[in-house]
Amino acid sequence: MLNRQGRPSSAGQAGTTEHPTFTGNKALAQIEPLLFEIGRYDTTGVDLDEPEDFKPRLGGLERREPIGLPGLSEPETMRHYVRLSQQNYGIDTGLFPLGSCTMKHNARLNERMARLPGFSDVHPLQPVSTVQGALELMNELGRYLVTLTNMTAVALSPKAGAHGELCGMMAIKAAIEAKGEGATRNVVLVPDSAHGTNPATAALIGFKVKPVPAREDGWVHVEDVKERLGPDVAAIMLTNPNTCGLFEPQVAEIAKAIHDAGAYFYCDGANFNAIVGKAKPGDLGVDAMHINLHKTFSTPHGGGGPGSGPVVLSERLAPFAPVPFVRMKDGSFELVEQNNEAGGTAAPFGRMTAFHGQMGMYVRALSYMLSHGADGMKQASEDAVLNANYIRAGLADLMSLPFGNKPCMHEVLFDDAWLKDTGVTTLDVAKAMIDEGYHPMTMYFPLVVHGAMLIEPTESESKASLDLFIAMLRDLAFAARNGDKERFTGAPYHAPRRRLDETRAARNPVLKWTPPSPVAEAAE
Amino acid sequence: MRYLPLSDTDRSEMLARIGVNHVDELFADVPKNLLLKEPVDLPRRKGEWEVERILSRMSAKNISASSVPFFVGAGAYKHHVPATVDHLIQRSEFLTSYTPYQPEIAQGTLQYLFEFQTQVAALTGMEVANASMYDGSTGTGEAVLMAHRITKRRKAVLSGGLHPHYADVVRTLSEMSSDDVVTMAPDVGGTEDILSQIDDSVSCVVVQSPDVFGNVRDLKPIADKAHQHGVLLIAVFTEAVSLGLLASPGSQGADIVVGEGQSIGNALNFGGPYVGLFATQSKFLRQMPGRLCGETVDADGNRGFVLTLSTREQHIRRDKATSNICTNSGLCSLAFTIHMTLLGEAGLSRLARINHANAVKLADQLASVKGVEVLNKTFFNEFTLKLAKPAAEVVERLVEKGVLAGVPVSRLLPGAGLDNLLLVASTEVNTDDDRAALCAALKEVL
Repeated sequence: MLNRQGRPSSAGQAGTTEHPTFTGNKALAQIEPLLFEIGRYDTTGVDLDEPEDFKPRLGGLERREPIGLPGLSEPETMRHYVRLSQQNYGIDTGLFPLGSCTMKHNARLNERMARLPGFSDVHPLQPVSTVQGALELMNELGRYLVTLTNMTAVALSPKAGAHGELCGMMAIKAAIEAKGEGATRNVVLVPDSAHGTNPATAALIGFKVKPVPAREDGWVHVEDVKERLGPDVAAIMLTNPNTCGLFEPQVAEIAKAIHDAGAYFYCDGANFNAIVGKAKPGDLGVDAMHINLHKTFSTPHGGGGPGSGPVVLSERLAPFAPVPFVRMKDGSFELVEQNNEAGGTAAPFGRMTAFHGQMGMYVRALSYMLSHGADGMKQASEDAVLNANYIRAGLADLMSLPFGNKPCMHEVLFDDAWLKDTGVTTLDVAKAMIDEGYHPMTMYFPLVVHGAMLIEPTESESKASLDLFIAMLRDLAFAARNGDKERFTGAPYHAPRRRLDETRAARNPVLKWTPPSPVAEAAE
Repeated sequence: MRYLPLSDTDRSEMLARIGVNHVDELFADVPKNLLLKEPVDLPRRKGEWEVERILSRMSAKNISASSVPFFVGAGAYKHHVPATVDHLIQRSEFLTSYTPYQPEIAQGTLQYLFEFQTQVAALTGMEVANASMYDGSTGTGEAVLMAHRITKRRKAVLSGGLHPHYADVVRTLSEMSSDDVVTMAPDVGGTEDILSQIDDSVSCVVVQSPDVFGNVRDLKPIADKAHQHGVLLIAVFTEAVSLGLLASPGSQGADIVVGEGQSIGNALNFGGPYVGLFATQSKFLRQMPGRLCGETVDADGNRGFVLTLSTREQHIRRDKATSNICTNSGLCSLAFTIHMTLLGEAGLSRLARINHANAVKLADQLASVKGVEVLNKTFFNEFTLKLAKPAAEVVERLVEKGVLAGVPVSRLLPGAGLDNLLLVASTEVNTDDDRAALCAALKEVL
């Protein structure tokens, strides 16, 4: 039984001034040293028995120097990483309106499914007779992706979105070479609003990039494309819905013009979440499109990967799909792993990765799609678009819309005209949002808009959550207008770190921990 | 639908606030004839239990590595992953966060990436490591491109001991970029004369150790000859645990080290996601692909971490970038670094010794089976057998006996005349019973 005698029953005298702590910790906000500052070289958190004496067969190439890897016991390991995790903002923490990144809810059912032993504990080179269920899953995922996009084939193996772009552009290059036009068709048209990966991908495999300038309405115009078309053009890389948050109304005409000129239409599928179940890229004339499973189909972003970027291909490009791929033969699934095993008209352009791609992501994505169903996926896209437009409606009077107050897709783009003469920048607004408990939107992208702020709420937000988010941005907008500049320029004040010096990091790169030198220690 | 918070009432109120009557008015820019009226031709939504039943059935059709005596390797290895690793990588704040572009609220990710880079640099014996690549094979492709940028030459020489799928990835990328690649003949014994291929026209030589046939390669003579001709040595590994016991590639003179980190902290996952490790010398830093995390200070002078040197990357440089890469293998690198932290130097070197000891024991036992010849003079935890019968056939027969025996070389190199060769891997998870089962089954089949 508790002896409550002498225990104050009131909250005490609540002071408003800050009292620095001796430790630097602030209650739940703990400072965590580097592993190298707390680990020991003779400590381990796993129990392993030293093997019995044996004669090594390493040819005398044994390591002779220590490696320099400190260890921690299991309890220390747990605490180190839990404390680190608490310095991160995730979707489960709050609204994560990062435009073009589709930070939607990550259902834990998908995590559980990915860990079923028949998926997580099977080897890519086991006999195919022992992995029929895994191949069935890949086949089924492919069927879902092809059905949602009305395309002919899918290459599952690309490891991420940019890797998928590379795969799609390689298929295009292979198709052009098969027609004997490899030497002449070497230009790829890329609108200014495109993701940086598009021009980087095209350049990587030897294409020349020709930009298509942005128009004032945020759209790519078919006449601008036509003007640049010729026998030297291999493809256009177009994002649709585009990075300004708008659906390209002339997409079908652009596709026709591209095809008439003998070129191919690569679609960047980063923004597929706006139109899943609402429109099929194959109907729009797309020849190749990567799908970011980690965006549209909610396999987690995991702090920057792993991603997964399957590419759907039109009939014209399907024969060039890389190995490996799954197909049905005599009632069971087989894996085609070599170019010369493809048979028929197939002419795979090669291989993107050692094995079959991101199986762990395939399971999560299929789990997502089975859960949603055709009806749920359509509803999800509609809700994603509805949520973005609701934010647009809630902020249009205070913030500035570069292309006018017209409907957007699943993300809404503001510029920084509304901050004119306030002394506050887009970056400052982002950092002030951090103090208010939100992850910032995508900043300064797309490049075609000054001080861009690209907001993508996704379908995972409730109306109440959106109302709070809108109210927060309205408060910030009023504060900026009313000259409350320091709230912005000094922000964040309340995050685990204040604003970090990125210039210093780049000028004098410190990319790993090094032991403090004895001289420096003595001087302290 | 359980994942969608909006109710029909919410939707109506929101449409009214926006000033439209129907959600399809928001899709007005989609050509009318292309806007779908009905859901696509796929099944409707399912509850958790139904999804679990469908996927569990598929899962049950596969033979998992833990359920049988298991000796399959060739670039992916069955190791034990501590429960702590899998728990920690599922922490919401790690699992559901994005690339740490807002460092003030992503110090958790950034600090572990900094620790990861430090561990990888130490393990490979190099000065700098990046924040990970998609996997070892794509990392190898990127390493070749990096060597071309540094040397301003465009010809790579691939060792015949390089994993054939890695070689395929490099060749695909090189053919598309119109670069030259010389692939040496499959080198079962690890005795190829790669030195004779090195001259002033070559950008890089790519050598794997332990190689795909299991041989441990001495990289030093290759590095020495390469450096005389301004050629870079790209050292590749597919079994990260081997570095706990073998001299690091850096100490042998490698210029770029790239490898597969799956063995530490990551499940087999039928081939992915994995984690590519990538390290080099400081002087090549600005030509390195991939994300980098660096130390800095915040406005109050406190230590913190940020992504840095992004002027190499596609979102800044566009068509002039060093690579088109936009993602690393975040969560897999987290699994790697947590497992490495649990192991520490003491645990890693012991784990490596156990792997090697188990493989030596297995090789000795197999050598006494009639119709089996162990070809390797040196190996770490994997070696090549020459069987009296085609290996693919033998592997299938052994499946019937409940043993997954290894990878037939013919699966990696069909038509190379190596049909009777079998790659066999042995790790810490193999027991005396497993070894006995493999030997007994082989005796019956051969």
